[in-house]
Amino acid sequence: MYQHDIGKRSAKVKNVVERGAVKKFAEAIGDRNPIYWDEETGKRSRYGRNIAPPTFPRVFDYGVIEGLKLPSKGLIHGEQHFHYERPLFVGEELYCYAEVKDYFEKQSSMGLLGFLVIANNGEDPDGNLVFTSTSTIIINEAVRKAMSV
Amino acid sequence: MTSIRKWQVGESLPEVTLAPVSRLDLIKYAGASGDYNPIHTIDEEAKKAGLPGIIAHGMWTMGNLAKLFTPYYEEGFVQDYFVRFQSMVFLNDVITLKATVKEKDEKAIRFAVAAVNQHGKEVVKGEAVFALYE
Repeated sequence: MYQHDIGKRSAKVKNVVERGAVKKFAEAIGDRNPIYWDEETGKRSRYGRNIAPPTFPRVFDYGVIEGLKLPSKGLIHGEQHFHYERPLFVGEELYCYAEVKDYFEKQSSMGLLGFLVIANNGEDPDGNLVFTSTSTIIINEAVRKAMSV
Repeated sequence: MTSIRKWQVGESLPEVTLAPVSRLDLIKYAGASGDYNPIHTIDEEAKKAGLPGIIAHGMWTMGNLAKLFTPYYEEGFVQDYFVRFQSMVFLNDVITLKATVKEKDEKAIRFAVAAVNQHGKEVVKGEAVFALYE
C-alpha cells in the first residue's frame, strides 16, 4: 500500500544541535558522561567541543513527506539503524530530511505485515551527509484495514 | 582509563544493569525525545492498544545501550549502530546492557550488542561498529 510512496522525500529543515536538548536527552538515557554537557570537558576533548549521543537524531525535525499517510496508532518500531560519518557537535546546524526507502509485505503468524523503511538524514551546511537514521516500521493487518487503503 | 582497543574478540565490555524501569524514566524520555505516544506513559492508553501495561520506548532502550561506548569517545565513535526490537520492556523490568567484540582490525571494532531483561530474554539485539581514530 505504500509502494507508490517509495522515493518520496521531505524538504530539508534546518535544525540546531541544541545544548540544553542534548543535556536533557543524555539524562533521559542515563548517560552522565560530561562529554555531552560540560563545556570544559568538551574543550579538552579531541573534538574541542561537546558532542551528542548516537541516538540523539530522534529529536530533530525532518519535515513532512507530502502524501505519505501513516496511521496515528498501532505502528510497531521493528528495527533501527544509525550510520555516522562523524559524531554530532553541540551547537552545529544540520539540514534534515526524510525519505521513504522501501515498502514490502510479508506473511506471518499475525497475518500480512507491512514493513515501511524510512531514512532520516542530516547534512551539514555544505551538503555533506553527517548521519542517516533508518527506521523499519511494522504495520499490521488490523491497522491497514482500519485505514481502508 | 581503559582503552577500547584492549578488548579481544569474544571479550565483553563491562556490563551495566539499569535500575528497574520506572514511569518517570519513560516520561523523561518522552519529553527529551518528543515521542509522546501515550502507550509509553499512560496506562489506559496502553490497555486500549491491547497491551498489559505501558511499555518503554524502543529508542529508550537503544539509547541506554549506546552508553556502553561513551567512555571511549577519545578513541573513536559509533559509526554504525543497528538493533532489532525483539520484545517489549515493561515497568519494573531490570535491563542489563551488553556488548561483545565480534571482529576487530586497525580501523574498527564490531560488537554484538544486546539489552537483556531479568528473565534472560534479549529485548533489543543488534550490532555496533566503533570506528577507531588513527
